[in-house]
Amino acid sequence: MQRIGVFVCHCGSNIAATVDVKKVVEMALMEPGVVHAEDYPYMCSEAGQAKILEAIKTQGLTGIVVCSCSPRMHETTFRKAAERAGLNPYMVEIANIREHCSWIHKDTTEATKKAVILARAAIAKVNLNAPLQPGESRVTKRALIIGGGIAGIQTALDIADAGYEVDIVEQSPSIGGRMSQLDKTFPTLDCSACILTPKMVEANAHEKIHIYTYSEVEKVSGFVGDFTVDIRKKARSVDMDKCTGCGVCQEKCPSKKTPSEFNRGLNNRSAIYTPFAQAIPNVPVIDREACIKFKTGKCGLCEKVCQAGAIDYEQQDEIITEKYGAIVVATGFDVIKLDNYDEYAYSQSKDVITSLELERIMNAAGPTKGHLERLSDGRAPKEIVFVQCVGSRCADERGKSYCSKICCMYTAKHAMLIRDKYPDTHVTVFYIDVRTPGKNFDEFYRRAVEEYGVDYIKGQVGKVLPQPDGTLLVQGADLIDNHQVLIRADMVVLAAAIEPNPSVRGIATMLTASIDTNNFLTEAHPKLRPVESPTAGVFLSGVCQGPKDIPETVAQAGAAAVKAIGLLAKDKLTTNPCTAHSDELLCNGCSTCAHVCPYGAITYEDKQVNDHGIREVRRLAVVNSALCQGCGACTVACPSGAMDLKGFSNRQIIAEVDAICR
Amino acid sequence: MSIEAKEEFRPKIVAFCCNWCSYAGADLAGSSRLGYPADVKIIRVPCSCRVNPMFVLRAFEKGADGVILCGCHPGDCHYSTGNYYTRRRMKLLFSMLDYIGVENGRTRVEWVSAAEGVKFSTTMNEFVAKIHSLGKNVRLEDLRCKN
Amino acid sequence: MQELIRETKPSASSQALVHRACELLSDGTVARVLGWKKGDLPYNPEPAFFDSAEALSSFTYDAFCGANLSKYMIEASRLEGKTLVFLKPCDTYSFNQLIKEHRVDREKAYIVGIGCTGKLSGEKIHALGIKAVEAIEGAEDGMLCEGQESASGKTRAAEEAAAAAEIVAPADPDAVLTIQTLYGEKTCAYDEVMLERCHVCKGKEHKIYDELLGQSRETKNADRFAEVERIEAMSPQERFAFFQSELSKCIRCNACRNVCPACSCRKCVFDSNKFDSSQKANVDSFEEKMFHIIRAFHVAGRCTDCGECSRVCPQGIPLHLFNRKFIKDIDTFYGEFQAGEDAETKGPLTSFTLDDAEPGIAEGR
Repeated sequence: MQRIGVFVCHCGSNIAATVDVKKVVEMALMEPGVVHAEDYPYMCSEAGQAKILEAIKTQGLTGIVVCSCSPRMHETTFRKAAERAGLNPYMVEIANIREHCSWIHKDTTEATKKAVILARAAIAKVNLNAPLQPGESRVTKRALIIGGGIAGIQTALDIADAGYEVDIVEQSPSIGGRMSQLDKTFPTLDCSACILTPKMVEANAHEKIHIYTYSEVEKVSGFVGDFTVDIRKKARSVDMDKCTGCGVCQEKCPSKKTPSEFNRGLNNRSAIYTPFAQAIPNVPVIDREACIKFKTGKCGLCEKVCQAGAIDYEQQDEIITEKYGAIVVATGFDVIKLDNYDEYAYSQSKDVITSLELERIMNAAGPTKGHLERLSDGRAPKEIVFVQCVGSRCADERGKSYCSKICCMYTAKHAMLIRDKYPDTHVTVFYIDVRTPGKNFDEFYRRAVEEYGVDYIKGQVGKVLPQPDGTLLVQGADLIDNHQVLIRADMVVLAAAIEPNPSVRGIATMLTASIDTNNFLTEAHPKLRPVESPTAGVFLSGVCQGPKDIPETVAQAGAAAVKAIGLLAKDKLTTNPCTAHSDELLCNGCSTCAHVCPYGAITYEDKQVNDHGIREVRRLAVVNSALCQGCGACTVACPSGAMDLKGFSNRQIIAEVDAICR
Repeated sequence: MSIEAKEEFRPKIVAFCCNWCSYAGADLAGSSRLGYPADVKIIRVPCSCRVNPMFVLRAFEKGADGVILCGCHPGDCHYSTGNYYTRRRMKLLFSMLDYIGVENGRTRVEWVSAAEGVKFSTTMNEFVAKIHSLGKNVRLEDLRCKN
Repeated sequence: MQELIRETKPSASSQALVHRACELLSDGTVARVLGWKKGDLPYNPEPAFFDSAEALSSFTYDAFCGANLSKYMIEASRLEGKTLVFLKPCDTYSFNQLIKEHRVDREKAYIVGIGCTGKLSGEKIHALGIKAVEAIEGAEDGMLCEGQESASGKTRAAEEAAAAAEIVAPADPDAVLTIQTLYGEKTCAYDEVMLERCHVCKGKEHKIYDELLGQSRETKNADRFAEVERIEAMSPQERFAFFQSELSKCIRCNACRNVCPACSCRKCVFDSNKFDSSQKANVDSFEEKMFHIIRAFHVAGRCTDCGECSRVCPQGIPLHLFNRKFIKDIDTFYGEFQAGEDAETKGPLTSFTLDDAEPGIAEGR
């Protein structure tokens, strides 16, 4: 029989205001096995933990139940406290009477009744708990970064500087990501390329960093400290070792009709291409769908002009298998498709553009060489209208529910840059709210209004109508003056919402990292563990976790790096002891459990058993506890009940069911 | 029908929630103060695939009026494939329960992610309302032999 | 009891099987024979092991030999030497399933696939009001033979040739049983007292065998899922009442579990303390439902629908209706699946597809 202590936390008033904690103590004392129960304002505090330690020692407790907040919050805290008192940490159970009780129920009688039942269930479970010993697993001292934008680059540099090997996998032909497409950055108006390119070069030159561009993660197996990843290096058709990056092939390539991804389709590129001049690696790829040689078998001009003999039409995709201790996801974002927003005439007029397209137009290396001009007729626009929140903060299915966060600031930047460079151009911004939380952000926005005379109108644009004369009639509303606004604009710029890179869904599935309804990766805790995924060993860097600007991305990238370094610095990890195990006398050796095990943790051995005096050799399931992650799929597949899960055993869960239904 | 004042029906509802998504979703419902009836009591399991049909039947045996399982969305299982097995097992089990006369409304599987506090709360409110409409699950407490 | 059994000449099918069994015993191919021996009544032969030609004198194979011998091969797999096992076509599914689950050793079995004429039920004869049975004529042969002489001593090739040859013994679907009782002679149609499973027979093909003997009769004349559909169409209250009245008869004798070739666990969950459900006597109303549902769930995707559970239930509970429901659902939701069709394919509960049907709130009802 266990000697159980029950500790009921008030959590200040968070629990005690709705749950009669004294009653919970009183009722807990009536449960079998309970020899001690008390309440305290903050169980997780030093003093609260001391009470637990004290009771374990003086009362000789063999198990404890803490009625408090979610086990996802303080289970570890209380397990460690128990351990300090010499109790096995797995003899601790938590009754979640805050998130699952006091916070959601208003009636004290009801909440108290429920808290008592939740306590009962935990007590019933702990009555059947057994001490568990965690095992150990090794840590591969190498990190994988998925995505080679500023987030991935920064994380890679930080981890590599700490002395660990890092591989970056980037799906496009060059690292650099979205930041490489930007012209200037807020709120300091630095040239984006000027601050990014040195980091790209540094990453490329770093002896601990290996970059796989034009590559994708194909398969991930294993677990924290010991992931095995297959990387598909797509056929570049150019030998990376031989190519000198002279660029002649791109000049001579006769197929020049493919929209440039880098310039957002505003101009065309050749079939053999590097996305942009500062690309790293400075080695082109052949787009086999556009290449005449691949399409018709004729041409081969690039091969002829290549002095280095680097062109290789026979090149095949290559699968590289590598082991990693930690994986950082830095897959970034894209802007949404505007199909649902055709009232803004994006598909109808070349002069309705997204903000990211404007970045390319403003950029000296862009399709217009940095001259602000209309893509329809090349004229300089004199009247520009910016529309905010296109697809962001949307209440219905049409767009995204969240704020894309960066649009208010980059629009202020765009408006300012245009007014600065083209003072005779009039700029109007339609906004719902202007959001400028950030260092020097509001000052920046105010400069746009006060110094640069940008017209900010609070209100939304209902429609953009392309006119026969090439202008765009913008119909909007001024919500402050409460009247309709009609503007005859030369150019309309849409602040389209950003969304996670579409590839993230597949990556999340491979990593078994959870993802929210908007495809942003979920953090282990929204406040306290913002750069860790709930999946151990997987960390989050940049916009894949949620919208953020460059400084935030870089900060988060560093934080993710530190978390990864903290993991890689360990030689061994303790493994979760809540693993499956098979009762030899009950096992049929039928293989059903192995069929459902996602980790291949179950094998079969012919073993000698002594079944109540009958000695015989039987085929038996054996669980490799280093591979087992404790999902429990096998326990249900097993018809005889031989397979059970430590910490969540059949009897424990049934005891909880019974306690709840009592 | 008697005219005695009826005691308010308070259903017993057992909710099995996987540790990684749905339990966290329930926590989020809590921290967001998104209420649902106190009749729902949550049991934490590592994965929805840990839920043995025995547990569901045990709950009904002990007088539960409804049993709900919550897990990660298909494709998002922390253990890759656990919820796919859950989906098949529970599909068949619930169909069987319906077959012997335990209405489908008393059993439910819902996929709730860690970010879906609202969905958790809505689901529980709906489920409790459904159980209220079905009434007490008296039948399983009937005496063993008819008459 | 012995005097109740009227001395009769062994039937053609018994003779053919005994002859072949003696050959295989004497040439050392097998160490023992797993078959049926005469019971204490004309309609209850029982499974038995025979280790010599002399022992085979009590061997029988008649129309009452419904018992599926596959499960006995679990035990036989642990014994020295091979065991000759006679398997009817439907029994071979169970054997395959047991191979898949590593419960029997294929190498320890010499399988003689035997013909089947559709097996009879003593219970059904009783149900017709025919009691105190002393002898039954018309049920002596368990399979169709080509005649006593030619049926013996066949190689596989010779047997296959024989399979193509003309059948001598009658395969009359209108066959009649003549039953001698204490109250005089009675008659009934063969098909009328055939086991339910034979009316929905899976076919005459043996899924696994070393050699074949005898021929089978086509007996399928009913829809396998008709009864399940009838119950599904009832209201929840009616369904509950139906199963309550059926399951209330259950005395938890465990005959269904013990005979079931899929229930092959060394120790049943209901006998271990793993789920705190070891009570044999029902402590409340739900116990027997739980037992039968869990039993059906544990065999779901593994049950070959051999019908043994219903055959042996002393209370006449149509237990196969649970298994059929699972089979029907599996077929509907995940595509047709026949357990034991082969010894390799993964079962439907140990596999999945990404877009499986969701366990929605209500399925039309």
